[in-house]
Amino acid sequence: MTAEEIIKPENKVYAKPDLLNDNHMHYCPGCSHGVVHRLIAEIVEEMGIADKTIGIAPVGCAVFAYKYVDIDWIEAAHGRAPAIATAVKRLNPSRMVFTYQGDGDLAAIGTCETIHAANRGENIAIIFINNGIYGMTGGQMAPTTLEGMKTSTTPYGRRIDLNGYPLKISDLLVQLDGTCYVTRQAVHTPAAVRKTKAAIKQAFLNSMEGRGTSLVEIVSTCNSGWKMSPVESNKWMEENMFAKYPLGDLKNTVKK
Amino acid sequence: MAKVKGAVKINQERCKGCDLCVVACPVDVLMLQPKEVNDRGYHYAFAHNHEACIGCASCATVCPDGCIEVYRVTIK
Amino acid sequence: MEEDVRLMKGNEAIAHAAIRYGADGYFGYPITPQSEILETLEAEMPWETTGMVVLQAESEVAAINMVYAGAACGKAVFTSSSSPGVSLKQEGISYIAAGELPALIVNVMRGGPGLGTIHPSQADYFQATKGGGHGDYHLIVLAPSSVQEMADFVGLGFDLAFKYRTPAMILADGIVGQMMEKVVLPPQRPRRTDEEIAAQCPWAITGRPATRKPNVMTTLELDSYQMERNNERFQRTYRLIEQNEVRYQEYYTDDAEYLIVAFGSIARICLKSIEEARKNGVKIGLLRPITLWPFAYDRIAELSKQVKGMQCVELNAGQMIEDVRLAVEGRVPVTHFGRLGGIVPNPNEVLESFYSQFPTAKK
Repeated sequence: MTAEEIIKPENKVYAKPDLLNDNHMHYCPGCSHGVVHRLIAEIVEEMGIADKTIGIAPVGCAVFAYKYVDIDWIEAAHGRAPAIATAVKRLNPSRMVFTYQGDGDLAAIGTCETIHAANRGENIAIIFINNGIYGMTGGQMAPTTLEGMKTSTTPYGRRIDLNGYPLKISDLLVQLDGTCYVTRQAVHTPAAVRKTKAAIKQAFLNSMEGRGTSLVEIVSTCNSGWKMSPVESNKWMEENMFAKYPLGDLKNTVKK
Repeated sequence: MAKVKGAVKINQERCKGCDLCVVACPVDVLMLQPKEVNDRGYHYAFAHNHEACIGCASCATVCPDGCIEVYRVTIK
Repeated sequence: MEEDVRLMKGNEAIAHAAIRYGADGYFGYPITPQSEILETLEAEMPWETTGMVVLQAESEVAAINMVYAGAACGKAVFTSSSSPGVSLKQEGISYIAAGELPALIVNVMRGGPGLGTIHPSQADYFQATKGGGHGDYHLIVLAPSSVQEMADFVGLGFDLAFKYRTPAMILADGIVGQMMEKVVLPPQRPRRTDEEIAAQCPWAITGRPATRKPNVMTTLELDSYQMERNNERFQRTYRLIEQNEVRYQEYYTDDAEYLIVAFGSIARICLKSIEEARKNGVKIGLLRPITLWPFAYDRIAELSKQVKGMQCVELNAGQMIEDVRLAVEGRVPVTHFGRLGGIVPNPNEVLESFYSQFPTAKK
């Protein structure tokens, strides 16, 4: 049987979701953002909640998330997404509200909003892309940059005495009574993608059901910022990022 | 025994040639165009060994740009 | 219907008026001298009655972004603060203006700069009327001079904000915020339903029904030509507001030979000074701008052809005087009298300064 004979609508087992539109994504080749965007679109489509979903886009590489996933979005000022999600959810309690934030947005300029939204137990889902670097502005040090990691503002590697320690913000959020689900995932292999999809779905359900704040950290690559190929980046991430940011559930108070 | 055969359809204009699908494929179906580029200048992925495809969708699962559709038939 | 007359502080009046307007949400952070707004709302528990959301945010920055979010959802939302807190809100206010969103911001001014003083001031005139945050934008600025106006301007502010899709500010001072007066509260209105919001605000972020394209609230536009067109659209709105919404009140201007221009609480003190002067035959009039932006340039220009001089009395080092001088275009002398640091002059002090600046006026 030839490929042409197999490629027929009745045999289709996978295609990108319709909610992920045909706009060409501005992300660099191999960027993790694209996978996570697709997962969000898939989950919203599968749950049938496009009419109930409100996304909060960040400042950072994902600033244009709203161009690719066809749901209602609010673009936040840098770091303010959890405050915005707080108000959206409180004013629209029947909606599923999620933020999509990078490490600089969530763990540097927006730390205050992140911690307080989570501490109030706002019924929102936070999707946190941790690639240890500022991508959009050209590869500067992020709060999550690893020790010794070279960035454009730590050209000789991050020094603890100068720059402090990599911030494990998810571990911090575990301590807060307002969080119901904190997990750390990745999207570098098919199995990891499937786990991340299940995690985001859980977080979205938690928002719908009003169970508190959910945080899905996705340890990601920034191959342009890291100055490696996408394949090398995945390998480097497995060897270095996972050592500091190990994958798995950090907290789950939701009974299965 | 039933045999599973797969096929992939790659949106070559959307592809950025990141190589992640090539690495994810367990049966070595895909590769990047060695010379050809698409309109944006990327060496896009294509199935050089389509016969081997099992339709597992690993390639589509890791694709950051949603370029890949996967088809599968079971031949009894 | 019987009037609902109460005795209360200006700050409290704002809270009650907002509930009765049918506001959907308030997001604030404590700061003197306006904390009674948040306190009153928390005590009234409107979430039990009208369904209004009240939240004490973690900062002024968070609070203004919550207002940006609520406004993006088409809701009637507001925040309040005092000068240093309003400085923190400027970034968010710029986003609200850029998003062409209706929202209400209350500034009960205290003296600055810096942490300054908790005592009353009008030193945020520049900040309120000239933009305040980054970019080319304006707020509609309402300056109440009584507790009644504190209550009335909540509804007016929301109505104007929704009419023009632009943020409005109540620029009060610590005196109006803290003083108690008789106030007639408006009747309770219901909050708008989700269906009404979707119909009135088709741009609102509500969750996307299958029947329409996604709504996106963003202030980012990297296409310079489109960004210029956006700015031109904002400017057209501002011109329309300038044409339609200039508000001011005049006292004794018919036969005035001199004019005092003052806004907010100090305008009431000036009125007392003018009434004293008139007992001695000195014909001073008062123009009290109610909207500080748009400003009463045309009326002041007209009056500059009638009077021999103008005095601006402000609780600052001379801010509104710049707009008065723009209107007067050098036709008559324009002087300034102000107290700083939270000091409020009495009517005699105002009059003494007037006579010292216009010695020939004295009969």
